Amino acid sequence: MKVLLRNPRRELEIDGPRRVHALLAHLELNRESHLVIRNGTLVASDELLAADDTVEIRPVISGGAW
Amino acid sequence: MKCRVCRQAAIIDVPRHNANFCGPHFLDMCRRQVIKAIDDYDMMTKDDRILVAVSGGKDSLAVWDMLIDLGYQADGLYVGLGIGEYSDISGEYAKAFADERGLTLITVSLRDDYGYDVPTATVASRRVPCSACGMSKRHIFDKAAIDGGYTVLVTGHNLDDEAAVLYGNTLRWELEYLARQLPVLPARNGFPKKVKPLVRLSEREMAAWCVVRGIDYLVEECPIAAGNKHLGFKEALNKIEADSPGTKTAFYLNFVEKVAPLLASYALGDDVTLQPCTRCGSPTTAEVCAFCNLVEKSAAHEPVPVELITGRGRRR
Repeated sequence: MKVLLRNPRRELEIDGPRRVHALLAHLELNRESHLVIRNGTLVASDELLAADDTVEIRPVISGGAW
Repeated sequence: MKCRVCRQAAIIDVPRHNANFCGPHFLDMCRRQVIKAIDDYDMMTKDDRILVAVSGGKDSLAVWDMLIDLGYQADGLYVGLGIGEYSDISGEYAKAFADERGLTLITVSLRDDYGYDVPTATVASRRVPCSACGMSKRHIFDKAAIDGGYTVLVTGHNLDDEAAVLYGNTLRWELEYLARQLPVLPARNGFPKKVKPLVRLSEREMAAWCVVRGIDYLVEECPIAAGNKHLGFKEALNKIEADSPGTKTAFYLNFVEKVAPLLASYALGDDVTLQPCTRCGSPTTAEVCAFCNLVEKSAAHEPVPVELITGRGRRR
């Protein structure tokens, strides 16, 4: 599957099918800090992603002072 | 996974609630959390004139969207910080959000209105970048709220923001800062009432709110903030949260309920006499306020490109 990552923006090709939680674990990404989006829709952690899916892994952490 | 409410397919799991939700019921959960925060801490009423500090990121757009959705009267305030392309794009997201919904967005530009930007202020004042930025924003938010006759100033601080600041202040036992780390700061001495309606919602939930509601926001991180201490604290807490869901919620909300009242006498500024700044009229302990000093130093300095500030070091 094609996986879009941010900060910095880059694309990876990962073997599928895989469940969302397995994809995050494979990439060593914390589920608390990321959302997984397929075709503009959020997917829950046990969802099975197909080998031909394109998914975005979106970081949700922002920082700085107010 | 099934939605806890309707048993349809879930789109998000929320481990801290040990629950999964479909889109509509996830939004309902977020609304309930905001309503509870507003009610529990007496944040505002439907009669208030509300000003939302908007950055173009997920949290500020989400809180503005929620308040309008819940029937509050809320205008937005965007401050152009002059952080290169990052600021240009963030301003476009804020403006597009307001235009699409027919909302009022007040815009202030540090460069156009005050003659400096954050990269230049960082060098001119020898402050760490997030300090110069934070001071500028706080002053402009306060002034815009007071001058515009707004009764409440809303910021998009979420549970992760508050837990990370609490973590940092606790590691150093900064009692004065801890005493003031509350979801509501009442109006006093020429400062507006400030409230944080998202304190019961996590950063991940706010990003999910935006995706479900179709809100476009700036996903990229501020190039100057990258690597700062605050982000390191969030990362540390999220490692704990992944193993023990609900820890961030308990850490922050139990602090507010059980510990903050014990620290009230340490609150900075309650016994300090403030007077109007001789230049801008804002309340200050000195003749000239810290913001006007920053403006004076920064506006006289040659403009500094953002590239000179990024990657200066990790401790900000």
